[in-house]
Amino acid sequence: MKSLIKTIVEPLVDFPEDVQIDVKEDERRIIYKLAVNKEDVGKVIGKQGRVAKAIRTVVYAHARTTEKKRVILEISE
Amino acid sequence: MKELTATGTTVDDAINQALQELEVRKEDVDVRIIDEGKRGFLGIFGARPAIVRVTVKIDPVEETKKYLTKVCKEMGIDIKIDTSIEGRYVYYTLTSNQAGLLIGKRGQTLNALQTLSQLVINKYSDKHRIVRLDTENYRKKREESLIRLANRIANRVAREQKKYSLEPMPSFERKIIHNALAGHNKVTTYSEGSEPNRYIVISPK
Repeated sequence: MKSLIKTIVEPLVDFPEDVQIDVKEDERRIIYKLAVNKEDVGKVIGKQGRVAKAIRTVVYAHARTTEKKRVILEISE
Repeated sequence: MKELTATGTTVDDAINQALQELEVRKEDVDVRIIDEGKRGFLGIFGARPAIVRVTVKIDPVEETKKYLTKVCKEMGIDIKIDTSIEGRYVYYTLTSNQAGLLIGKRGQTLNALQTLSQLVINKYSDKHRIVRLDTENYRKKREESLIRLANRIANRVAREQKKYSLEPMPSFERKIIHNALAGHNKVTTYSEGSEPNRYIVISPK
């Protein structure tokens, strides 16, 4: 899942080396925390969250077929 | 980005040197001359080699195709892509044995991949381009079912004289419905809400 998120996000940003994903997991869910360079935050969120929504749609589609737990993608600076 | 500094007795010589090494054609690269070099006396005294910096240009259409292939691969879907270009529209037709997974509920996965691909292509392209993704003729089938839906709801709105909101859709799908009902004499259509949750309302005239 981490490498899917990286594959999606890195080509969208100006500083791919600053793309970081932290994972937190409990019994019910897995939270992926995506952090990008400050300059790139707007790019991964997009106008009215359009890009963030597209990233989540692809990630959650994959999660439904591979993960039993609920997957959440958080985007932060 | 692939780039290379090359030297040669002349600038052309240095460029050819670089092209051979990178295995590309001249039209695929940008060349910056760092030093034009000097032939020197009898080609020996005071001679200085020419130095060039050669950068391989990124083809936005190819780069986006690679992006799609990689993302789908990470999703566990192997795809084959056919590309066609019409003006600023770039059409990618995907073939895989898991088209259902690629399309998602009401096309939402395909639409998300389309949004992301369009960002990638415009990152590399100097003119604005629009990406359209399709698989298994989904777009055509979806258009037909949207038109059927539009007519069915329009009849109901006309009969009950009560407006009806459809579920949120991307702009290119809303356009299909607006067009389908543009000539209807008993109902009118408009959009409400803000992207990405903008939806169509069909209301009595």
